[in-house]
Amino acid sequence: MAEASSDFDPKEKVHGDPIELPHIQCGAMAGTMPFKAAPGHMQPLGFPGELVEDWHDKAIARLGELLDGNKALRVYLDSCVKCGACTDKCHYFLGTSDPKNMPVARQDLLRKVYRRHFTFAGKYFPSLVGAEDLTKEVLDDWYSYFHQCSECRRCSVFCPYGIDTAEITMAGRDILDTIGVGSKYTNEIIGKVFTVGNNLGLPPKALKATLEGLEEELEEETGLPIKLPLDVKGADILLVTPSADFFASPHMEGLMGYAKVFHEAGVSWTLSTHAAEAANFGMFIGSTENMQKISLRIRDAAKDLGVKRLVFGECGHAWRVAYSFLDTLAGPFDFLDPNYPIPQHIVEFTYDMIQRGKLRFDKSKNDAFRLTFHDSCNVARASRMGDEPGGQFELPRAVLRAVCNYYFDMAPETIRDQTFCCGGGGGLLSDDIMDVRVKGAMPRMRALKDVAEENGVTHMAAICAICKAQFSKVLPQYGFDREAIVSVHQMVSNAIILTGSVQAKELEESGHE
Amino acid sequence: MLTIVYATAFYAVSLLLIFALGRRIWLYATTPAPLKIPTTPAPLTKGGVALRMLREVTVFQSLFRANKWIWLFGWIFHVSLAVVLLRHLRYFLQPVPLPIVLIQPFGVIAGFAMVAGLLALWARRFVVERIRYISGPSDHLILALLVSIGLSGLTMKFLARTDIVSVKEFFLGLMYFDWRPLPADPALIVHLTLVLVLMVVFPFSKLLHAPGVFFSPSRNQADDTRERRYVGSAKLESTPRRA
Repeated sequence: MAEASSDFDPKEKVHGDPIELPHIQCGAMAGTMPFKAAPGHMQPLGFPGELVEDWHDKAIARLGELLDGNKALRVYLDSCVKCGACTDKCHYFLGTSDPKNMPVARQDLLRKVYRRHFTFAGKYFPSLVGAEDLTKEVLDDWYSYFHQCSECRRCSVFCPYGIDTAEITMAGRDILDTIGVGSKYTNEIIGKVFTVGNNLGLPPKALKATLEGLEEELEEETGLPIKLPLDVKGADILLVTPSADFFASPHMEGLMGYAKVFHEAGVSWTLSTHAAEAANFGMFIGSTENMQKISLRIRDAAKDLGVKRLVFGECGHAWRVAYSFLDTLAGPFDFLDPNYPIPQHIVEFTYDMIQRGKLRFDKSKNDAFRLTFHDSCNVARASRMGDEPGGQFELPRAVLRAVCNYYFDMAPETIRDQTFCCGGGGGLLSDDIMDVRVKGAMPRMRALKDVAEENGVTHMAAICAICKAQFSKVLPQYGFDREAIVSVHQMVSNAIILTGSVQAKELEESGHE
Repeated sequence: MLTIVYATAFYAVSLLLIFALGRRIWLYATTPAPLKIPTTPAPLTKGGVALRMLREVTVFQSLFRANKWIWLFGWIFHVSLAVVLLRHLRYFLQPVPLPIVLIQPFGVIAGFAMVAGLLALWARRFVVERIRYISGPSDHLILALLVSIGLSGLTMKFLARTDIVSVKEFFLGLMYFDWRPLPADPALIVHLTLVLVLMVVFPFSKLLHAPGVFFSPSRNQADDTRERRYVGSAKLESTPRRA
């Protein structure tokens, strides 16, 4: 692992075209992989504790089940013509030069086994069509390269058949888990969600104390009794947000932003200890069973608390699961108020309030920030905000423009639906694969460098807990400030002038001068 | 003898193509899509999805965004192939409909364009490092097959002309079960043999992208999960919800 990174100096690599093509280096990232899950992390998820005896037959059988149960997998494994359109689209390929990180090559790791066992050509003419048996080496490749994919779907934008490597990676990880090989990072976290209620394993008492601390901070800052309610029965809105919002920067600043917006909007809202986590790592490991189980917590919490609306905080894949999957996995949500979107994104909520003229801002409070926006992949390519296609790009930008004076977009081929992953998505936000994370961040870091030099951009806003955590780690490696990553609602929080607040009085006084 | 062999072969291979391809399409159509996974921004309605699909299969919208060279060569090849196939309808229809008569000259140009597009796509498999890496024997063989079909066809038109009237009688005879002799012309025999091979290979190869694209969930689903509840699989739906 160290060897692969020795010739990669982020501070050098930060200069250049974000989509510059590398020469391929076979095996550059072979053997790079996250720590494997211990039996104690596997069994609570319904997986065998370690590699099972008859792993080969079990894996093939599982692949067969997945083929029968998922149209996408079946169609995608058949349809690739090896045209090469995707080969230069993956940030991990651009950053690592390893050809197995080209989307088509990553797919082929599974496709060759599919062909060998499930197609006529692969059974009788294996060498002709690149069919291969599932050996221990292939299994190792699966574990390594299916954990160098962040399921970001950038390749699927460009594929003429829409082949989505995320679906292949999810299937690969599902098969691996089924035979007892899982990633410690993702599986341990899912276990915590089941036992404690959130990814961080933050117990209810600690959560309550944290929220009270934030309330004090808010009151100190604004002079207003802004609440962060927990488990309040009969509240109108249940806010489900990534647990990072409860303890780390810049996530917490975002949470305080939501609280201010809710306060000003005059709505009653609550968090839930039972569903104190928006993230759903069941999606990352391709386990629909676990994804559904995690989703059902949210339904239960909404029912128990008797809320009318469901709002999600800033979290990329959580919004994908919420927007695209939640109703299918845990619906129908016919007990919620149909006059509001089910579910709603916090950015939609704030945008709506701005549109209705309910929020007042002093943009100059953000003058120290020259901002750009990082589109998070799961929001950009797997969900929507607002009523129009592409609202997921427009709404966050509209909110940022409403709260700050200086906003600049990064290069068009690196934003919106062509956005580059932060490098840590899809269950890869683990320090044991820092090498993959740093290299995968390269295209985004280059795009940021461009606007930093061209437009003097100082900060990048994001609406995803994983993006924020990943950037906090990799920004310094590329020579940026660790705090150059901010939450969208942190910017909202900075500029909002709450009715009756200290800031409102200050503004009035300065207006009278 | 030649007539019997080829007549039998065309019947057998046509049946194989229909059944093998039909089975594949049946599988694509009936396999559940448990979740909504359109690549967004996606159309919000079924009509919008139909338009998106139309753009994908006529102008290769996604490929155009991905890579202009692959798009150019690939599009030239596919459009030419379509025109060539339409032109060939005159061997199967009597009388020949006016549109088919009118496109005949374009069909010839398309024959050349098709081979040119294929050769350009093939060249990429050698010249471009990344595409060389992902190309396997079957990728080269299919290009070789298609190029050979095109070249043998052009040979009949320009170098060694075939008795095309007899060829048409042979195919009409096949269609109406009234067999007529097939001319024993080398270029024709090569052309027809390769076409038979293509028909056999089609349902067992990457040529399945042709039906596959229509079943691709990332392209054929509407982005409407908040408007309409999506139920994609009985399994997810039957998981009990707490009352």
